[in-house]
Amino acid sequence: MTTAASVGDLVSQPYKYGFVTDIETEKIAKGLSEDVVRLISSKKDEPAFLLDFRLRAYRQWLQMETPDWAALGYPTIDFQNIIYYAAPKQRDKKASLDEVDPKLLETFDKLGIPLSEQKRLTNVAVDAVFDSVSIATTYKEKLAEHGVIFCSISEAVKEHPELIERYLGTVVPSNDNYYSALNSAVFSDGSFVFIPKGVECPMELSTYFRINSGDTGQFERTLIVAEEGASVSYLEGCTAPMFDTNQLHAAVVELVVLDDASIKYSTVQNWYAGDEHGVGGIYNFVTKRGHCRGDRSKISWTQVETGSAITWKYPSCVLQGADSVGEFYSVALTNNYQQADTGSKMVHVGPRTRSTIVSKGISAGHSANSYRGLVQIGPKAVGARNYSQCDSMLIGDQAAANTYPYIRSQQPLASVEHEASTCRMSEDQLFYLQSRGIAFEEAVSMMVSGFCRDVFNQLPMEFAAEADKLLALKLEGSVG
Amino acid sequence: MLPTLAAAVSISDSFVFSPVIRPDADILLEITGLHARVEDNAILKGVDLTLRAGEIHAVMGRNGSGKSTLSKVLAGHPAYTVTAGTVTYRGQNLLELSPEERARLGVFLGFQYPVEIPGVSNLEFLRVATNARRVQLGQEELDTFAFEDLVRERIKVVQMDPAFLDRSVNEGFSGGEKKRNEILQMALLEPLVAILDETDSGLDIDALRIVAAGVSQLATADTATLLITHYQRLLEAITPDFVHVMAAGRILRMGGRELALELEERGYDWVDQELAALELG
Repeated sequence: MTTAASVGDLVSQPYKYGFVTDIETEKIAKGLSEDVVRLISSKKDEPAFLLDFRLRAYRQWLQMETPDWAALGYPTIDFQNIIYYAAPKQRDKKASLDEVDPKLLETFDKLGIPLSEQKRLTNVAVDAVFDSVSIATTYKEKLAEHGVIFCSISEAVKEHPELIERYLGTVVPSNDNYYSALNSAVFSDGSFVFIPKGVECPMELSTYFRINSGDTGQFERTLIVAEEGASVSYLEGCTAPMFDTNQLHAAVVELVVLDDASIKYSTVQNWYAGDEHGVGGIYNFVTKRGHCRGDRSKISWTQVETGSAITWKYPSCVLQGADSVGEFYSVALTNNYQQADTGSKMVHVGPRTRSTIVSKGISAGHSANSYRGLVQIGPKAVGARNYSQCDSMLIGDQAAANTYPYIRSQQPLASVEHEASTCRMSEDQLFYLQSRGIAFEEAVSMMVSGFCRDVFNQLPMEFAAEADKLLALKLEGSVG
Repeated sequence: MLPTLAAAVSISDSFVFSPVIRPDADILLEITGLHARVEDNAILKGVDLTLRAGEIHAVMGRNGSGKSTLSKVLAGHPAYTVTAGTVTYRGQNLLELSPEERARLGVFLGFQYPVEIPGVSNLEFLRVATNARRVQLGQEELDTFAFEDLVRERIKVVQMDPAFLDRSVNEGFSGGEKKRNEILQMALLEPLVAILDETDSGLDIDALRIVAAGVSQLATADTATLLITHYQRLLEAITPDFVHVMAAGRILRMGGRELALELEERGYDWVDQELAALELG
């Protein structure tokens, strides 16, 4: 039983990002009320329109109920037992990185996201968000030369309130769903990107989200606007320490693209997933939606979801402009007791709109992995086309994979295709590769990356290799 | 059935036959008293077999006689448990090595039914496997360009269309193409002991000739080959030095190439009789 023995020998790789930064944090008291919403707004010194936006959302949230249609099981979340604002103690946002608490810089160094001038990534601008606040954004000046605005959303509220007022909540209305209402009421920080007319953003933009506190929820808000003919590629990454309690993460991301503009949005989600018994981990309830407002505009979502105890996430595109294009490429990997219910919505409004969905789900251990997607073709979407492909791979015999495709068409001159497959990574396939001298871990990784290739090809090059390694790491010890 | 003839041949063979051609050649693989089971079924019940450098052995037997199990156990398939006996490969205990270690050290199993592995490029798979063996031999790893040169040279051994290199491992290959791909792997890995499980099954006459020629070409004075087969026809193309007849999990008889001819002529029924006699005794 040599294979079984070697599996046993594989020590499950500990979560590399599970450390906690010991830093003095300013936190408000637990619980949510109208006063808490006002307090968050006043701490951020926000204009009246934003306070109104938050209060309206809070009142809507009070009237709403948690969604229960997803194939997810978890105890009821006590929303009064969560801290809604936590920030590392430091005076305001620093003018230069030299003034940022070295402990924070060190934290991001350890996460592989160096921010200091000497070490930072070339050709990738980074906004680093720690608990509820953005602590630094690199390459801001260089981007400004091109007219590109890249800053934290709090900063944008102060510096560009007219843009925020014009676009915030126009793609995901605050009452869209329970978690978007909650986010709209208490969102703390996140990134804002504005690419003016005709500008191709000269570098990759990236936001790195880090949860540090154990009892704090993270509610970030991201807004990206690409004006006529503009284009940008944006990547977000996420990690959190290991706690044996669950933390809530409820983000909202809104994308707006005008005529001939495009946004490519990539996510590598690696929140703490809980331990091998399913204790701890992040509850990830995220609303991401893009609006192709202009003709010939394009939005492409690529996600690699490997973390979180619970993932509830459906990056979507509203294809309003004629000939606009929406894409969704996803790899969702679940192991141990993780649960994921994820997919996409493609809403075809305009004529000749096109969308593609490629979803790859990998389930190992006792996990459950569901694809849930909606393709909706409206009455005016003459000649609209959709292609969906959903593949699942099962590892071991305890994991579950489900596919829930919903198709609604009100347009007879539209074409919708859906393909789905399920396969199992078999002992015989692994043995075949091993019997040619390929180590067990490498054999697993070869098969997984082969399965995910269509999606990895969509990731920015720097991150494709990372994603490959990440998946292999997550699966260590899960086959056998 | 001709019981008298059977008895005569059997007796004369076992007495006349000398089991060693080159007594001075290195022993590559030595199997002694090997017992193995899968789940609760005992399949191998005491197999003894010695392979020396330069030898070609054939193991013949009915379906279910334990031939394929023997090959899987030698390669280290996790579904089989060795319950007794030893296997020594060049002085080393083979049974304590992982399947990948065995392969890197030069033990090769050509599968009866090579599995398809969608999404994994055949060329990349061959390169990773070849490099794993090369590292073990203290040779430099080959980059994609150097490897392409090597593979284009070795592919001639099996006359395989290079287009198959760009496909996923065995995916959509015909039975014959899968077998050629197995022998291509053998040509790249240059094993010292090659165990070929029913390599002739599913091959038409032309493919059989090509595959057999490839195997013959790869069998040198330094290597040993163990052909596992049900039929004689592979042995017409590759001449074995020894033929072993397997039944009920052990090797019942051993002889020269004429034993294969005898089996072909008379079928396996006499094996059953011999086995029954053995068990009565």
